[in-house]
Amino acid sequence: MSANLSAIFYLISGVLFILALKGLSSPKTSRQGNVFGIIGMIIAIVVTILSVGNFSTGLIYVLMFLLLGGAIGAFIAFKIPMTAMPELVAGFHSLVGLAAVFVAISAFLKPEVFNLGMPGNIKIVSLIEMSIGASIGAITFSGSVIAFLKLQGIMSGSPITFKGQHFINALIGISIIVLIYYLCVTQLPNLFWLIILLSFLIGLLLIIPIGGADMPVVISMLNSYSGWAAAGIGFTLENTALIITGALVGSSGAILSYIMCKGMNRSFFNVILGGWGGTDKTLDTKNSEQRPVKSGNAEDAAFLMKNASSIIIVPGYGMAVAQAQHSLKEMVDTLKNNGIKVAYAIHPVAGRMPGHMNVLLAEANISYDKLFDMDEINDDFACTDVALIIGANDVVNPAARHDESSPIYGMPILNVDQAKTTFVLKRSMNPGFAGISNELFGYDNNYMVFGDAKATVSQFVETLKE
Amino acid sequence: MEIDPFIFRFSIFILSIFIGYYVVWSVTPSLHTPLMSVTNAISSVIIVGAIVASLSGNNENLFNLSNILGLIAIILAAINIFGGFLVTQRMLQMYKKKKKDK
Repeated sequence: MSANLSAIFYLISGVLFILALKGLSSPKTSRQGNVFGIIGMIIAIVVTILSVGNFSTGLIYVLMFLLLGGAIGAFIAFKIPMTAMPELVAGFHSLVGLAAVFVAISAFLKPEVFNLGMPGNIKIVSLIEMSIGASIGAITFSGSVIAFLKLQGIMSGSPITFKGQHFINALIGISIIVLIYYLCVTQLPNLFWLIILLSFLIGLLLIIPIGGADMPVVISMLNSYSGWAAAGIGFTLENTALIITGALVGSSGAILSYIMCKGMNRSFFNVILGGWGGTDKTLDTKNSEQRPVKSGNAEDAAFLMKNASSIIIVPGYGMAVAQAQHSLKEMVDTLKNNGIKVAYAIHPVAGRMPGHMNVLLAEANISYDKLFDMDEINDDFACTDVALIIGANDVVNPAARHDESSPIYGMPILNVDQAKTTFVLKRSMNPGFAGISNELFGYDNNYMVFGDAKATVSQFVETLKE
Repeated sequence: MEIDPFIFRFSIFILSIFIGYYVVWSVTPSLHTPLMSVTNAISSVIIVGAIVASLSGNNENLFNLSNILGLIAIILAAINIFGGFLVTQRMLQMYKKKKKDK
């Protein structure tokens, strides 16, 4: 296949990838979008095999490994529970990163295959491109591995900080750039290995100081990195499909990071520099003269809901952990049968990755047109009878609005306190993920319903059906 | 003077960033998780580099380091491609079921 023809096909697959993302603008078109993405990928793979035009035994190995990886991937995709999506995505990012590193090394060892010159005499531009691709790929890999370990709970979610951390990171960052410069001048392979090694190291160092509560930002950020790594390799291989895709993914991840940061009212740099959640606890004990909370039992709460005319449910990650979403769906159906208006309010950082809560509720067959973003629903709380908060905490803490000393001051929250009555379903009075006590719990119109969320919701259902 | 092909690729890159910017902002927030899994899948188009690397040097010496790295990269990327698209499909399927219920 001629180079021009294959370039046209790569362009087509790039366009199909754009359409794949475009399809996600509505759930109706999303499945078609996914099909576009798959077609784009098939085109890219077939065209590559045809344009290399090497149909020796090597091709059999390629197909074998392709199917082997595919089988593993398919197995994971069908087995993974939806609560574990953040871990899965972090794990997948690490694979993209590592693949980028391997391709870059391969190009460095055999540049003649990719038309980049000869070993020891590689084109300067290509050297820079492959170093950047390999470096970002390595950062994506080690960073994602740490994120994966933290999300899985294998590694503690609390930030790991030490003195001079930022200084060391900056030093490593600068050394990588200097090394790339010397690599271009001297073409010494050892410098290339050193660049990759340092990049693995800095990926690790960048993620360990970031606390568990900030994981949604980290995942989005690594998503972005994996895109830039792909783009870097795309430049090296002079491949349009890779360049387009890398740019798409890179900007997608960047936008998601931005949305997540905004949802927590934190600047991107604030998150990156990390250490959040560790220092707050000391600060918190000082002003935790929490007012006495009122606790109610499930039957009373159910009775109140039965007599309400409108209810807004605020789900959080705690709901997913308790696996309460299916009982919740049953409860909502019962309420609807009684003619009660029910809606769900989804905070941008509900769950542990962007849009996570929506997927968890979708899994429980809750219709997506009942889910509302914070901006859409926040004004409705004032004319709502009951706000039911399940497993969410910081996102409904009114302290974010007025208490300047609170670490979450300024964070946009759901205005649940404006509802006539609020119920908070919670296991105990322990503060949430970020370790901040919640002012709402002491409010006069708030009732705590302690216990396992799933058991409590099931109790609601029983009482409602009586 | 002729324009360096690099500049053309760079132009494609920059324009694609802008396309990505506008397309991703139009993605509904409720589909942000599928967005991440699908971007994951498509960024594994890096497999094209892995294929070239593993088929390189059509001589008998099939297993030099560069080919082996290519083959490993194929596995990694293939896990991602199949896993990414299928898990996205699985999630999007959930959004469909409820529509039929109604």
